Amino acid sequence: MSTPFYVSPQQAMADRAEYARKGIARGRSLVVLQYADGIVFVGENPSRALHKFSEIYDRIGFAAAGKYNEYENLRIGGVRYADLRGYTYDRDDVTARGLANVYAQTLGTIFSSAAEKPYEVELVVAEVGDTPEGDQIYRLPHDGSIVDEHGSVAVGGNAEQISGFLDQRHRDGMSLAEALKLAVQALSRDTNGTEREIPAERLEVAVLDRTRPQKRKFKRIVGRQLGRLLEADGAATEAESSDEEE
Amino acid sequence: MEANTRSTGRLPAAFLTPGSSSFMDFLSEHQPELLPGKRQLPAVQGVLEAPHGTTIVAVTFPGGVVLAGDRRATMGNVIAQRDIEKVFPADEYSAVGIAGTAGLAVEMVKLFQLELEHFEKVEGAQLSLEGKANRLSTMIRSNLGMAMQGLAVVPLFAGYDLDRERGRIFSYDVTGGRSEEQNYAATGSGSIFARGAMKKLFRDDLSEEQATTLVVQALYDAADDDSATGGPDVARRIYPIITVITEDGFRRLTEEEASVLSRSVLQARLEQPDGPRAALL
Repeated sequence: MSTPFYVSPQQAMADRAEYARKGIARGRSLVVLQYADGIVFVGENPSRALHKFSEIYDRIGFAAAGKYNEYENLRIGGVRYADLRGYTYDRDDVTARGLANVYAQTLGTIFSSAAEKPYEVELVVAEVGDTPEGDQIYRLPHDGSIVDEHGSVAVGGNAEQISGFLDQRHRDGMSLAEALKLAVQALSRDTNGTEREIPAERLEVAVLDRTRPQKRKFKRIVGRQLGRLLEADGAATEAESSDEEE
Repeated sequence: MEANTRSTGRLPAAFLTPGSSSFMDFLSEHQPELLPGKRQLPAVQGVLEAPHGTTIVAVTFPGGVVLAGDRRATMGNVIAQRDIEKVFPADEYSAVGIAGTAGLAVEMVKLFQLELEHFEKVEGAQLSLEGKANRLSTMIRSNLGMAMQGLAVVPLFAGYDLDRERGRIFSYDVTGGRSEEQNYAATGSGSIFARGAMKKLFRDDLSEEQATTLVVQALYDAADDDSATGGPDVARRIYPIITVITEDGFRRLTEEEASVLSRSVLQARLEQPDGPRAALL
C-alpha cells in the first residue's frame, strides 16, 4: 500500500502562488495613474479588439493583466454585478470598494479551493471622484488580497520595477499628456534596464475623466487624439490636453 | 441580495457564466422576480386607477429625428401630474417616449436603458438600431398580462441609424408588434389629433428648428382637442420635452429653448387659434 506524499499547507499555498505569479508574469505589464482630471490606464496591447481596460460603470474602470479568458470572465461578472446593483438600488450605490470586495472574495475563494486552479490574473479597479482626493484605486492580486493604491500602480510581469520607477516620478496634478508620457516611459523599460520604443499603435489607453459631461466617465483614447497627446511636450502640454477632452 | 451572499461572498456562478450579453437574460436566470414580465398577477379582475401618460410625437428631418412629449399624466378625469417626463434617452443615439401606465413605463425605460448599456459594455460595441427596436418589442410583449388588465405601455422609439445615416422612428402596439414609421408618428390619447396636424405640416426638407416647431404645433393641436394632453403651461413654466437625435447624438432642448419655441407657437395661435393653414390644393 502506498501512502500519499504529505505536502504542508504552507508548501501547497506557496506552489499555487508561484503558479499564478508565473502566469501573470507572462503577460505584458500595464499601469494606472492619477492625473489632474482623472485616472489614466496605459498598457502595451498589440490587439485592437481584445481589451485590457474597460468600463464597468459610470465612474468605475477595470484593468487586468494575466490570462485573457479568466479576466474577461471576471470583467463580465463585474459588469453584471454593477448593473444589477444599480438597477436594484441606485446608480450612486455602485462603488469601486464594493466591486473590489466582491472580486477579492472571488479570487480568494478560488485561490484557496483545492478543487480549482488559481486564476492567473491581477486586477485593478479604479473609481474617479469629483476631486482628485475622491479617486480610488484598488489593486487585486491573484490571492484575493486588496491593496488600496494612491498615485500610480503597475500590474503584470515587470510590475515591481515599473512601480518603483513610477513612485519616484509621479506627482499629483500632472496633466494627461504628462501622465501618459511617464506611463509610456515606465512601460518601455525592460527588466535588464534597456529601453525600447513602443509605437502608438501598440498602446492601449483609456481614461476615467471627471470633466466629461456625461455620467459615464470612461473613454478610450485612440488614433489621432492619442498621437497628439504623445507628441505634446513642455509648455504646450497643458493647453493641448484640455481641448483634447471634449 | 445579489452578489455578496451565498456564504463565501464570491460572485455566484451565474455572474461568471460566459455567453449572454443581455442584462434581461442574466436577470431571468439569476433573479427572475426583478423582471417586470415575470411577476405573478393577482387573479382579481377590476379597474385599477393609476396615472397614465398621454401624447408622444416624433418626426424625421434630413440629418436626424425629433421626439417630443407633453407633460401631463391623468388618472381618470383628474390631472395626476402636470410636469411628468415621458421622453428619455435610451442611449447616445436613440430615445424612447412612453404613453400608457406611467409607473410601468418608467420601469420599462429604466430596464431598456440598462439593457442597451449592458450590451455595449460587455460587447464593446453598440447594438444596431433595429436590434434596439427589437429588444423593446420583447419588453412590451412581456407586459401583455398587465396590458390585458388595463395597464398597457405603448412607446415610440426614435433613433439615428449610424449605418444608414438617417433618423428612424418605430411605433409599437400593446402586443409588442413593431412597425417602422415613415416621416412622422404619434402615440397616446392625443395621437389622432397630433397625427392630423403633422400630416398637414410635414415636408421632407425640414430643418432641425422647423422639425422642433412642428412637434410643438402637433402637441398643441393634441392638447387642443384631447383633455388628457397638456398644452404648454406658461404660468408654471412647464413646456413639452423636446429631444433631437442626430449624428452628434442625443440632445434634449433646454427649458429655455423649449420655452422660446412654445411661446412663438402660442403667439401665432393668438392670431390663428387653429394654427397654420395648409394649402387647399
